[in-house]
Amino acid sequence: MRGFFNRLMERIKGYWRTLSTPSKYFSLGFLTIGGFIAGIVFWGAFNTALELTNTEEFCISCHEMRDNVFAELKPTIHYTNRSGVRATCPDCHVPHEWTDKIARKMAASKEVWGKIFGTISTREKFLEKRLELATREWDRFKANDSLECRNCHNFQYMDFTQQSKRAADHHERFLASKEKTCIDCHQGIAHQVPDLGKAASAR
Amino acid sequence: MRRQNHSRMSRTARVAALFSVFAIGASLVAVAAEEYPLATLRNSPIAKHPVPPAIPKVNNTDLRQARNYPEQPPVIPHTIRGYQIDLNANKCLTCHSRKATEQSQAPMVSVTHFMDRDGQVRTSVSPRRFFCTQCHVTQKQVNPLTENTFVDVDSVISGVIKKGN
Repeated sequence: MRGFFNRLMERIKGYWRTLSTPSKYFSLGFLTIGGFIAGIVFWGAFNTALELTNTEEFCISCHEMRDNVFAELKPTIHYTNRSGVRATCPDCHVPHEWTDKIARKMAASKEVWGKIFGTISTREKFLEKRLELATREWDRFKANDSLECRNCHNFQYMDFTQQSKRAADHHERFLASKEKTCIDCHQGIAHQVPDLGKAASAR
Repeated sequence: MRRQNHSRMSRTARVAALFSVFAIGASLVAVAAEEYPLATLRNSPIAKHPVPPAIPKVNNTDLRQARNYPEQPPVIPHTIRGYQIDLNANKCLTCHSRKATEQSQAPMVSVTHFMDRDGQVRTSVSPRRFFCTQCHVTQKQVNPLTENTFVDVDSVISGVIKKGN
């Protein structure tokens, strides 16, 4: 054990020596310009890959999403409506700002785990787990003040006179006063609401 | 030869009979359409696809409408697109339930909906009254298909009183 540790330390020290010694064969120009170009290439590739995972096609390439939540989205106003503007999965489920996006993407690595081990691979498993999944998403929206809603629905530009009386009243009372956030009332608008009886009995 | 002749005769007769049946049927339909304007909503030849009427808009005034008779389930004065009413959730109750009405200022579900079939009032909406849209419906901006001869009970009573006088 001790021997193994010493050998490991030696190896790390070796790497450090290589890294901290000035280059023997490559010119400074090659290293800086080459490093710059390599940086662009790596960054571009990283970002392209990231954006690739941020599309609806990617999301519904798994049957778990395609047959459950995506199917439920289809008849809702966020998928089909009079003006043809629509929200795709990442519009609501991934923050648009870069840092938040990376944080969410890292958290979403658990979904890869779920996919590999088939956590919701059948309809029954999905229904069993959907209250937990929905609650997590509701909590996330509550914590960030419904950020993903507000990426499109900006309170500043809401014309209350264009809303129904009921909607205008409620937005004025609860949203303007910041007493509530979007998700407090607008649950189950894009996907079905899970069994809330279970939620009540769990509390 | 004779046999052929016979069959031709009968064919003529058959055609005539068939034609008269069609004629009677057509005239009957015409009479029905005149007497009962709702006998058909199609109003177009059978082989033609009529242009369907535009889908009417749902009234969304949020103004309560008077009931035509006391037992009438009140109509819904707002849109209910995408409202989920099933085993898992009831969107209507997020505003109309007993506890929600303070915030929503919506009318509370009538207490009759809390009763079980023995008339015993329960703590929440009874399963037999859970599916709102079985009785409560939205209204659409359409012209009535036929004249409505419904008379409000108050008018009936006042009419009877006048007659008595």
